[in-house]
Amino acid sequence: MNKQKAIPSIDRIKAGIQSMKEDTQFANDRLRWISNIKGFILGIFRLAIILGICYVILGPVIGIISSSFFSDADRYNPMVYLIPQEPTLYRYELAMQYLDYWKTMGSSLLYSLTLMVLQVLVCSMVGYGFARFNFPFKKVLFACVVVMIVIPTNTIMLPLYMTFAQFDVFGIISAITGDAVNLLASPVPMYILTLFGCGLRSGLYIYIFNQFFRGLPKEIEEAAFVDGAGTWYTYFRIMLVNALPSVVTVAIFSMVWQYNDTFYARLFLISDNIIISKKIASIEATISNVEKILDPTILELFLDAGIVLIMIPIIIIYVALQKQFIEGVERSGIVG
Amino acid sequence: MEAARTKKRKRRSLSQRRAMKGFLFIAPWLIGFVWFYARSLFMTVQFSFSNLTVRPGGGYDLDFVWLDNFIYAFRAHASYKQVLTTSLGNMLVDVPLITFFSLFMAMLLNRKFRGRTLVRAIFFLPVILNSEAIVDAMSLARTMMSGGISSSSAELAASASSGMSIEYYIQMFSSLGLPDVIIEYISGAVSRISDIINASGVQIIIFIAALQSIPGSMYEVAKIEGATAYETFWKVTFPMVMPHIITNVVYTVVDSFTKSEVIELAYETAFTNMNYGLSSVFSLVSTLITCLILVIVCGLIQKRTFYYN
Repeated sequence: MNKQKAIPSIDRIKAGIQSMKEDTQFANDRLRWISNIKGFILGIFRLAIILGICYVILGPVIGIISSSFFSDADRYNPMVYLIPQEPTLYRYELAMQYLDYWKTMGSSLLYSLTLMVLQVLVCSMVGYGFARFNFPFKKVLFACVVVMIVIPTNTIMLPLYMTFAQFDVFGIISAITGDAVNLLASPVPMYILTLFGCGLRSGLYIYIFNQFFRGLPKEIEEAAFVDGAGTWYTYFRIMLVNALPSVVTVAIFSMVWQYNDTFYARLFLISDNIIISKKIASIEATISNVEKILDPTILELFLDAGIVLIMIPIIIIYVALQKQFIEGVERSGIVG
Repeated sequence: MEAARTKKRKRRSLSQRRAMKGFLFIAPWLIGFVWFYARSLFMTVQFSFSNLTVRPGGGYDLDFVWLDNFIYAFRAHASYKQVLTTSLGNMLVDVPLITFFSLFMAMLLNRKFRGRTLVRAIFFLPVILNSEAIVDAMSLARTMMSGGISSSSAELAASASSGMSIEYYIQMFSSLGLPDVIIEYISGAVSRISDIINASGVQIIIFIAALQSIPGSMYEVAKIEGATAYETFWKVTFPMVMPHIITNVVYTVVDSFTKSEVIELAYETAFTNMNYGLSSVFSLVSTLITCLILVIVCGLIQKRTFYYN
């Protein structure tokens, strides 16, 4: 009996499927459904990947921030994860004291800000020169800019060190003072390098500006020329203003990278009191010596507090200018 | 005198005057390049062929020893060969991973969705927080996060753990007949995912910009012709971002070289052991090898690159 009942029902289903196949309205609905479901699954997949990667990036930052508030007891309590039971500001107090925070931070910011202004001025000038003027050996010279990007400064660190240990301009300085000057242990070498377009990643900035200026329409300059503007006036008052997106990009890059840089600071023996990202390296040892805290896991907490302290200005700059920055990077010449 | 000046001015054509001005614009860089960069490069080469002794009063003496430093570096030095090969090996492994990962992420982030700006800002965070101290502290914090990503590599090493065992999956895949090399490569990549993410911030931005520069009409045509998403990727997106792959490969290679252990070794040799000649050899050889890799890779890619303009 079951069989008898089953056979017509299968037939009915078959007929139903047939009619469904012929029914275009239903077919459309079905297609839409399938694509909706597909889109939904893909969306979830995408969300999972993006969330996961954001976690990988943000996880350590959150970990550092939370552990900088840990008290000694929290550190040894295995039940405590991320949220301390007895939050304390003691780590920050000591870290601020031994970093000499406000003073070091002030000079550190001043150092990277002045270098940033120099970088933007010099690199935009050079980039403009390459983008808009025709002169002999232009291609060879621009290849030299690319060489500067490709060959890292680490290759030439020794000669640079020697050059500034015995700094001289064609024998002029030694003629006046009797001996070459030792410029190490001061930020002067960095300023000299940046002024002559060889600072921290200057090659990259020249490249960015060059690409951006090449993308600007020539008519702007022609109009300025017809109206009687000189070359320098055109550059300062018209081109530089138009290049604002890449100016913002280069400004943030150079500011932040300079602030973070320890390679040049180490190479030129620049004092810890000027560069806070160099000073942070010794904070654990200092606190351990002076405060007689010998437990390395506790000392790490002080380091975490110090790290948070030096991250704050970068994060503030980044959050404030984030939109212009990302758009600037996308629109300006990084893309060759 | 006024007449003389105008006369002199008239003799030069407009293009000559423009050339002069161009030279003026690039003058600061040109001086710096010759004075610091080219001269230093030359000096590095010179140092690598000599024994350098620092005079007490300042200055130094060069004693030309031909290839002795090179022979010492490759025959006698305890760790140079090993450090060099591991650094180069890591570079060769990382470059394709970072390139494809950043292309994939760029395609993901290029779509419109809510909170896109926030996500992009987060993705670019590692580029901003690249200070040595911060990076060290972060990797420490990463190992502290139990159950986090980087513990998977520890799990691989221990090969036994509670709950989900990675070893089990690796065995499953190898019994499926996948070559061990591929399995190792992929599991290695997964356990280093945080390094890869941190190294690909700039590359992702470059690819996003590249994707946005593709004219939308191309996708319309592909859609009308009935291409699937897969076909659209390989026939439209991939060829159009091809030129930027070169940019990214160059950036990645240089970046990973700057952070590699060879550089650290060269720095130590120079400033701790005071062996300047040997340090120059270290830097020089690794720079030359990197440049060689760049030339080969770019040559290979360039042949297959399609330029739209």
